[in-house]
Amino acid sequence: MENYSKKVMENFMKPKNMGEIKDASGVGKVGNPVCGDIMWIYIMVSKDKSGNEIVKDIKFKTLGCAAAIATSSMITELAKGKTLADAYKITKADVAKALDGLPPIKMHCSNLASDGLKAAINDYLVKQGRKPMEHTKEAGSSLRS
Amino acid sequence: MRTIYLDNAATTKLHPLVRKAMSECEEDGFGNSSSLHSAGRKAKEKLDLARETISKKVFAKNHKLIFTSGGTESNNFAIKGLALGSREKKHIVTTKIEHDCVLNTLGFLEKYGYKVTYLDVDKEGLVNLEALENAITKDTLLVSVIHGNNEIGTIQNLKEIGRIVHEKGSVFHTDACQSFTKQPIDMEKDNIDLLTINAHKIYGPKGVGALLVKEGLGLEPLLHGGGHEYGLRSGTVNVPGIVGFSKATEIIGEREIEHMASLRNQLVTGLKDIDDCWLNGPEVDSGKRLCNNANLTFMYAEGEAIVLYLDALGICVSTGSACSSNTLKPSHVLKAIGLKQEQSHGTIRFSIGIDNTTEEIKYTIDCVKGTIEKLRQMCPYKY
Repeated sequence: MENYSKKVMENFMKPKNMGEIKDASGVGKVGNPVCGDIMWIYIMVSKDKSGNEIVKDIKFKTLGCAAAIATSSMITELAKGKTLADAYKITKADVAKALDGLPPIKMHCSNLASDGLKAAINDYLVKQGRKPMEHTKEAGSSLRS
Repeated sequence: MRTIYLDNAATTKLHPLVRKAMSECEEDGFGNSSSLHSAGRKAKEKLDLARETISKKVFAKNHKLIFTSGGTESNNFAIKGLALGSREKKHIVTTKIEHDCVLNTLGFLEKYGYKVTYLDVDKEGLVNLEALENAITKDTLLVSVIHGNNEIGTIQNLKEIGRIVHEKGSVFHTDACQSFTKQPIDMEKDNIDLLTINAHKIYGPKGVGALLVKEGLGLEPLLHGGGHEYGLRSGTVNVPGIVGFSKATEIIGEREIEHMASLRNQLVTGLKDIDDCWLNGPEVDSGKRLCNNANLTFMYAEGEAIVLYLDALGICVSTGSACSSNTLKPSHVLKAIGLKQEQSHGTIRFSIGIDNTTEEIKYTIDCVKGTIEKLRQMCPYKY
């Protein structure tokens, strides 16, 4: 396999924001044990000064390979402080780019993080009795049940 | 940081005695073993001696030893060479736990009309002899069964398998790359017609192997050319590599086998305390397992992550089989012994070498425990 970038290794060896948020506003659960990657993304939503809903806090728990852990760590960094609408727009490509790339074989299978974040945002919206945002299928999307 | 190398089933480090033998040969045996002059003759002498030494190691009497580029070539040659040389029979029997170079060679032959029976194995990885017997028909050209499994270390009963194969009138091939020099092999008593062995698993050089071929089998060569190796494998012969191979057959003796088995047992005992963890393949003291192999599953941790965390601590191990690291497919061997896909992801193979020490194993046990704990803290839930 192609080697992982330095960024991937840093995020894998010392992942940021690993853990749970008790009483999270929303939790996104993606992947499954059969595929070997499970990712749960926890978000805490609050309003900023202008009244926009933002990702105030975000944490993850992931079972998976180095790429799965590194992308989880990276998505928490990318999403923190963003409005829900902007956070929802983060793509797999954005995550991979922020990590200086992923080996092609890992692009689709272990890059679940953006799906996990989208699922967390929608979990929050649905709990609020609101309509979930539409998941526009990006190339290589692998939302798995 | 020191490196603790526990991936000796993937490859081993060249032994100093092997290196010495090879470099001496590079100096005074560099000639082309086909040349008539003195330099050629010197190389030829060394080649003949190596052939004799290795042949004796497996008690070959009515077999030709053909040097090849390694295990993969030998397995390809055994299977394709026999298929090309015997036009009538079109059925081959093998197991579900062969090395990829056997399975993919057979897959290739299936494209050309061969029928292949892939025998199941039990949870220890052993072939059922009755099923084997029933699978062999009048049309069975070849039975190919791996001797020591590269992932889970299971050692098959060659003698019984060979006896059944011969009773049923077929040809017996075994891939003994992992077991050679660790387990006794006797071409005659074990009823072996075709034997694959190589050098780099036994502290010899990479790129050197051999296929022993029973007289009169009528194999077709895969490499045509100047007629080297009895016309069965053309190409200028790698005499220094072969001299290294020959020397390497002397490295593992009874003392080394005991040493590796004792370290392996220490490792397995130390790691078995971990919750939701088990040893795959036969028990360590069953006599049915390679002396240096430990294959363990750690639930709720993923193999690649374990390998890379351990690597950062200086420990080299592999997930299931090193070859599997390039693909994302779960190991076919673990599947064959009944592991579910979600169980196979957290499987690690440790393979001990002759130079490992008790202290290294102790350090490894501590590091594995720490790594599994760290990864399990990240795991969202137990399933």
